[in-house]
Amino acid sequence: MKELEYPFDSAYLLKKKKSIKRQLLSDGSTRIKKKIAVLGGSTTNDIINMLELFLLNYGIEPSFYESEYNRYWQDAVFGNEELDSFVPDLIFIHTSNRNILKYPSMTDSKEQTDALFANQMQHFETMWQKVEERYHCPVIQNNFEQPFFRLMGNRDAYDHRGRVNFINRLNTAFADYAASHESFYINDINYVSACYGLDKWSDPSFWHLYKYAMCVPAIPDFAFNLAAIIKSVFGKNKKSLVLDLDNTLWGGVVGDDGVDGIEIGQETHMGQVYSEFQKYLGLVRDTGVMLTVCSKNDEENALAGLNHPEGSLRPDDFIMIKANWDNKDRNIEAIATGLNIGQDALVFLDDNPAERSIVSAQLPLVAVPEMERPEDYIKTVDRSRFFEITAFSSDDLKRNEMYKENAVRAAQQAQFSDYGEYLKSLEMAGVIDDFLPIYLPRITQLTNKSNQFNLTTKRFTTAEMEQVFADDSYIRLYGRLADKFGDNGIVSVVIGKINGEALDIELWLMSCRVLKRDMEYAMLDSLCEKALERGLKVLKGYYYPTAKNKMVKELYGDFGFTKISEDEEGNTVWELELSGYTPKNKYITVERNQES
Amino acid sequence: MSEQEIYDRLNEVFRDVFDDDEITVNEDTTADDIEDWDSLEHINLISAVEDEFGIRFKMGEVSSMKNVGEMVEIIKSRS
Repeated sequence: MKELEYPFDSAYLLKKKKSIKRQLLSDGSTRIKKKIAVLGGSTTNDIINMLELFLLNYGIEPSFYESEYNRYWQDAVFGNEELDSFVPDLIFIHTSNRNILKYPSMTDSKEQTDALFANQMQHFETMWQKVEERYHCPVIQNNFEQPFFRLMGNRDAYDHRGRVNFINRLNTAFADYAASHESFYINDINYVSACYGLDKWSDPSFWHLYKYAMCVPAIPDFAFNLAAIIKSVFGKNKKSLVLDLDNTLWGGVVGDDGVDGIEIGQETHMGQVYSEFQKYLGLVRDTGVMLTVCSKNDEENALAGLNHPEGSLRPDDFIMIKANWDNKDRNIEAIATGLNIGQDALVFLDDNPAERSIVSAQLPLVAVPEMERPEDYIKTVDRSRFFEITAFSSDDLKRNEMYKENAVRAAQQAQFSDYGEYLKSLEMAGVIDDFLPIYLPRITQLTNKSNQFNLTTKRFTTAEMEQVFADDSYIRLYGRLADKFGDNGIVSVVIGKINGEALDIELWLMSCRVLKRDMEYAMLDSLCEKALERGLKVLKGYYYPTAKNKMVKELYGDFGFTKISEDEEGNTVWELELSGYTPKNKYITVERNQES
Repeated sequence: MSEQEIYDRLNEVFRDVFDDDEITVNEDTTADDIEDWDSLEHINLISAVEDEFGIRFKMGEVSSMKNVGEMVEIIKSRS
């Protein structure tokens, strides 16, 4: 819903929240359900209301547990029946500088200040550890906004007794904790309050009247920032930027003005703005976001523009370049198909309002932010938090290269008349075995991102995955696949739970970048092998249909399983007797973990 | 701005905030007359009124306001 996308009208959202919620709930879209516990050190009522709207808009239907006013610490440390039976999928701890137990005073020595600091950190760390032990779910913790007065003025920042200094120390320690703990995330209200304006944010009347830690008009900004973390944790990030060229990546029209006529580089003010935007997009690409082009241009002109000596993006930085005169919505559809990702994973950037409105109308799942002033492009893309990073794996660093290698494979394939010959020519080598600790982040990430080749679409948080990893009653497999063009990294995950003499396959997923490579057969071979080693007799497969996983509806049938049941919703259960199983993979050389 | 105009605009704000098109306020209307008007919604109402008329209530005014009539008096004195 446009009203909930950046830049939203906060006053409108606060005023109309009830009718907006009604509209969202009746729009017929399917949403994943998540239980979120909000443990507050100040009032949380409207924070929850706004968070709910943004999450509904991201395809997440939340239900909430809300702690009693300022009972965050007691709830977290001691738990209570209501919270325990709620079984949260995520816990958000809403504290602010109003919850700091004791600030240093002017008579304190450095040792006394250090003791206060240690005491304050212990208060929080005790709570975080208890929460982790008790609830095994992702935790989001606010850091602290700056204080709204400075007793010593500027010295407050560097004197150990200064509140600014004390808060900055705490924020650094919070960051260190987050950096060394999985599934623990900081909601950076220090940054958000600065963006909003600290004086307005800290308006004391809202504290004294209602015990809100911030002014009420700032709550939508706060909730939007928080919702971005939550949607990222639950796998709802965007994956690719689709970029227009003329007046988006440079000033002017390359087809009319010629390469020498477009504005980019240090010569003009506008040229500098476009240079900075290209550099920013390069940085976005480094985080694993895939860049593509969709421009109404002759391809020759588009490439000439992208090779402009003053530009920092090069044709090679893009996975696909669609420069032609077809309608943009058609090109964008083709980009989604070509990258094998959903349209809801795309963000389209174009300066032209007419193009934006056509794409919005034809492809409602694609995000289309308003791009009015080139000097605001970076802010628009950045503040929209399309690509909020909560986990970062080595595969994210290499993603663009991997997709490019795929394009080379596709070109090769065209030269073979026999598909088997083509597969042989790829010289594929796989590693398939039990999980290794270093791969857990990537494996967890895959469970949250894979939609198409995914039989049960079961999602795992990091904490849940760690439990599966520690539990002997599971058979776990990850699969890596490399070929002569490059390493695809971890592309497939299977998790089965031993149930008597049978193995219930709770998860079977594969990245679409290795479709039709026989990788699924190699995984099945390894699974049967492991199951036989454990003395099992039967594999039980489950298929739960979603809007996106039709391609694997008959996968177990193709594997030679027998369908044993099907309900009205199309959920199917399959069985395979392990005795007499013959391996199916013919093209991939498979090894196990080096360590085992 | 005439008093009537203020009441017309206030009515719209009340209807939006409490999501009820039946609401019509007068000078004697208090929180007791509107079902959802509790202390938590009060804050949203105040923010929405401030936004509508481009004014800011003082903290003392927010906590001492007894009915809609008093709210209108403050709005009149500011605009």
